[in-house]
This record gives sequence, structure tokens and C-alpha cells, in this order.
Amino acid sequence: MFLVPDAVVRFFHRMASPPHFYAFTEKLMPWLVVVFVLLVSSGLYGGLYLAPTDYQQGDSYRIIYIHVPAAWMSLFIYVVMAIAGAIGLIWRIKLAEVVLISSASVGASFTFIALVTGSLWGKPMWGTWWVWDARLTSELILLFLYLGVIGLYGAIDDKRVASKAVAILALVGVVNIPIIHYSVEWWNTLHQGPTVTKMDKPSIHVTMLVPLLLMALAFKAYYLIAMIQRARVELLQRERNSQWVKNKAVEVDGL
Amino acid sequence: MMKPARKQRLILIGLMVLGAGLATAFALKSFNDNLMYFFPPSDVVAGKAPKDSLFRLGGMVIKGSVERPDKGMMVRFKLTDFKDEVTVEYTGILPDLFREGQGIVAHGRLNPQGVFIAEEVLAKHDENYMPPEVAGSLKKPAMPAPDSKP
Repeated sequence: MFLVPDAVVRFFHRMASPPHFYAFTEKLMPWLVVVFVLLVSSGLYGGLYLAPTDYQQGDSYRIIYIHVPAAWMSLFIYVVMAIAGAIGLIWRIKLAEVVLISSASVGASFTFIALVTGSLWGKPMWGTWWVWDARLTSELILLFLYLGVIGLYGAIDDKRVASKAVAILALVGVVNIPIIHYSVEWWNTLHQGPTVTKMDKPSIHVTMLVPLLLMALAFKAYYLIAMIQRARVELLQRERNSQWVKNKAVEVDGL
Repeated sequence: MMKPARKQRLILIGLMVLGAGLATAFALKSFNDNLMYFFPPSDVVAGKAPKDSLFRLGGMVIKGSVERPDKGMMVRFKLTDFKDEVTVEYTGILPDLFREGQGIVAHGRLNPQGVFIAEEVLAKHDENYMPPEVAGSLKKPAMPAPDSKP
């Protein structure tokens, strides 16, 4: 490309090769798990024990440590899927297709968690489990987009064709992402405005913010773990007739 | 340089996303009013809110306006968006976060006297999170109007 160092380009070229990806992620996985455990334990400890109670919501606000990172991940993973879809369509890189479909169920789970925890939070604070305001509705549409991607992929037998179809769906659906993010600013909603991602200063006390950011990183690490595990299985299935998978099978059988 | 076939696909995808974005933008623009979850009091005073159907009214509860006229379940208070105010009457249990100076959304209809008879009251909490000590030491600034910055 233009200003990317050669080493980075080489890294991506090698990662696009399935056997290399498979071997590399095998070595990477234990480290990811360690990072995830450290982040999630420090984030939960900070959020549930160290962080003070909120001036209005008391202890109930602590669901923020699950709800907000899950909601961020639901948007983040969809953007990853759209980018992977574009790479898969333009450069016909198999690994991008695998990353797309392996992300879909993880993203759907995070969206579901964001909706459920939001509902549990809404009942005591707002006084209702659910309202059809712009933020909640657009997040529900995101869940349907994820389910659509999973369903469409499953409905087409030829996985190369299926990958193209879901890549297009993921790319068209990406228009929903800015809508979700800005819904609380463009329209009157029951959901409050952004707290952390504001241009000026986060409206959350630093003792509450640090655990929130730790949890956000922990969720990112979890996404990588879950997505990579799914991608490895998907790769083995897709490449089952190739030599490297056959060699792998012999290796495992030989043990 | 990119190969021509790839470049063509890149342009095609770019156009597709742009098209989908434009179509959505126009659709949202035309449905803009329907996407508003509530009317602010100034719309009600200006007569823009529906006269004889249910709608939602959102605003801040004016400090000192909450009263229980007949010492019963019925509560009366005034909502403001810092331009106009509307009187609301509600019979029922209020959410925990309902208090003076708090943003709320009420669902109901206007009676002929221009009083909003609410069937449901939801609390709208703000985006600020802080420990009680900090909130106590801050001279609480006036909350922004709910329609200017929800």
C-alpha cells in the first residue's frame, strides 16, 4: 500500500495464509487468555468493589460495567465484519471471509447482552423494561442484522458464495452503526446521551471510568479469543481437502 | 497499483455503501418527527403536539412544583424545557429516580384545560456518573434542556 512499512505488509500477507494463521493463533491463544483473565478480574474488582456508588443511582449503576462494554463491542464487531467483508470481496482473501462469519455469532451475543442488561437497568431507573426510542430500536435492528448474517451464511451451501452474500449484507448494514451511535443526539430519546465518547470530557468520575475501560479491553480480548477459536474450526472445515489439514490430521492421529 | 478488477470491485462496494447510506439518510430525514420519542413543553404550548390523542411529553420537573393536592395518589407537577412549562397530573407509583430537577418522560394526553393527564411516567437519567461526595461538593449546574442535549 502507500505508507505501511514492509514488515507490516509481510505480516498481513503471511497471516492471510490459512496454515500460517492456524499455527500462529495456536501460539497466541494462551497469551490472549492470560490477558483476558487479568483484564476481566481487575475490571470487575475495580467496578464492583473499588468504584464508589453513584450519586443518583446508588449501586444499581454498576451494571454499566457489563452493559456499556457489551454495547461498544456490538458496534465494534459489526464494523470489523464490514471491513472483513470488503477485504474478502475486493481481494478474495479466504481468511477475511472466515473472520467475518466467525465474528457474527460473537457480535450477536454481545448485542443480546447489551439489550438484556439495558432492559434490566431500565426497569428500576426509567420505570420500564423497554421503549421504542431511537437508541433501543436501532440496537435491536443490529441484533437482527447479526442474525441475518448468520442465517444467510447457513442457508447457502457453497461457502465461497455464502461469504460474498453475507459480506454485502454486512456492508449495507453498516449504515446502522452511525445511527445507533448518534441516535441519542439526533432525536429525543429516553436513553441518555453519550458519557465517555464525548469531545470535551467524559461525564463519569475517573474512579468509575478506569474499571469501565478495563472491562472494555477485557471484552475486546474475549472477542479475539472467541472469534479466533471459531475461525480455526471454520478454516479446518473449509480446507479439509488441502494438504496442510491432512498433515495436521496425521500429526494428531500419530499421538 | 491495484489490479483493475480489484479497483473496480472497490469502487462498486464504495458506491453500494454510499447508496445505502444516502437512501437511509433520506428515509430518516422524512421520518424525523416520528423518530422523536417525546415532545418538549414548548411544542405543546405552541400547539404542535396532538390535541386528542396519546403522546409523550418530556422535560425537567421544576423544583418546588411537585404537590399532592388531595393527599392521595394523585401528584401534580410542572415540566419545563427552560422555555415553556406544562402542568402534568399523574395517579400511580412514580419511578425511583423521579425527583425535582430530574428529566422525565410522561405518556398521556392533554385535557381541555391544557393540563397533561399522564398514564405513565418514566424517569430519564442523565449521562453523569459520580460519587455522592463529588455531587455534593459541586454546585449543581442547571440541567440542559432535554431537547437540546438529551
